[in-house]
Amino acid sequence: MAPKSKRRTGYSRRAQYSDFFSYIAGVAGVMAGLAVLLGSLTDHAEFAWARSAASDIAVPIGRLAAGTRAALGHAGETVEGYFVWGSQNAALRREVAIARVRQVQMAGMADENRRLKALLQLSQAQPRPVASAWLISSTASSARRYATLSAGRMHGVGVGMPVVSPLGLVGRVVEVGQLSARVLLLTDAESVVPVRRASDGIPAFATGRADGTLQLRLITLGVNPLHVGDSFVASGSGGLYWPGTPIAVVASLTHDGAIAQVLADPANSEMVVVQPEWNPVADGTLAPEEAPSVSGSRSGHSSGHSAKAKHRK
Amino acid sequence: MKQFGIGRVAGKRSQQISRAPSPLVAYLTPWATIVLASYLGGLPTIATTPWMPPLGFLALLAWRQLHPGLLPIWAGVPLGCIDDMVSGQPMGSAILTWSITMIALELIEFRWPWRNFLIEWAVAAGMIVAYILAAALIAHLAGGRFSLLLITPQLLLAVVVYPVVARCVARADTFRLTRFWAWG
Repeated sequence: MAPKSKRRTGYSRRAQYSDFFSYIAGVAGVMAGLAVLLGSLTDHAEFAWARSAASDIAVPIGRLAAGTRAALGHAGETVEGYFVWGSQNAALRREVAIARVRQVQMAGMADENRRLKALLQLSQAQPRPVASAWLISSTASSARRYATLSAGRMHGVGVGMPVVSPLGLVGRVVEVGQLSARVLLLTDAESVVPVRRASDGIPAFATGRADGTLQLRLITLGVNPLHVGDSFVASGSGGLYWPGTPIAVVASLTHDGAIAQVLADPANSEMVVVQPEWNPVADGTLAPEEAPSVSGSRSGHSSGHSAKAKHRK
Repeated sequence: MKQFGIGRVAGKRSQQISRAPSPLVAYLTPWATIVLASYLGGLPTIATTPWMPPLGFLALLAWRQLHPGLLPIWAGVPLGCIDDMVSGQPMGSAILTWSITMIALELIEFRWPWRNFLIEWAVAAGMIVAYILAAALIAHLAGGRFSLLLITPQLLLAVVVYPVVARCVARADTFRLTRFWAWG
């Protein structure tokens, strides 16, 4: 049955006008939305201040949510542990036995590696973390893949800095607020990371597919040399991402590359570390005097770096 | 059976004299719950795939269907603006789509004034599907990846979850009209 319409304006001129003007306001809203949308599509960074402010406000709630999420995740693992402990225990014992042998071999190799690097006078490029923080929220309902980080300008985080978890690269910072920062996750379609195969250094580009996997595109054309299970690390070419950061493992092959599974699944890596940008010019093996002038040419990315370089002087 | 939570408080309070709904609460509750829903959508997980129903939009639909006329037609502008700040969509996406939604619902109500659970759910489902598709297309324009396969789980989940959101909004509405202590 149709309800009695309380919303008919009747003969009241005042009600008629207010009804009419609310429609006008609605249409004006559509136009305003269209205008703002066109503005933000032409310049992505245009409303960064608004987004930063909104995420700064929500940091305390986000911290709480992240803590709860971590606790619940561990609770799940604990319960699961009770069911599988027997077989898992046996399997782990076997693995530990094998790993002990490997450890000795690895120690030898690490030592050899160190000596060889010293011989070549390569510096051990180990980034000092800028900050460690929680991933507090994500854009779970949008087709874009962003996450919010619980550290911002106050903690030294700057635009362009890579964000890593113990398992590998998570993404990079794209917008910075006072208390929070916005991270473009590796799996977003806009994220492109130069990578190389860990075993032999075949170069490729890893582009996000927005569903937890990456599209690997090989730079050299020819017969696809990839295999399922190949692991890829950041190559560091072009700067930004530290070379050797684990990225992904090939899950299936395509005609010109592969689909790879991201190693640092952000769903499992709430605690992350923000690294300074990898800047090949700042490498100790190259002339350090050149650093500020060259990084100045990439001013969009490395403003934080040049500021730090000044500080060192 | 005893009621729980806010509804119980409202029931108890309503039996006492010298109590009246607070105008502030009555006006602000719909706006506040929609903003809250926009924020809550991102919290439960760091998602690698878009699966979360657009909670802010669902709350807007639910309030609009529960109380036509409570939110003005232009409500999509401020609410969509806040949703855009947290949703990851390019700014203006929700301002545009939520404003269109408010006008569309007004027209639908004008043509088909009948109301029951199934009709409202069907109308809401249509709006949800259109909204998610539009949002995905806008995200694609901004550099995201558009794939029907990618958003299908989200579409289904959002349509199924809508009645639950509508129940939560109905519960918030009980709170909205809670009779607080009135002076004089």
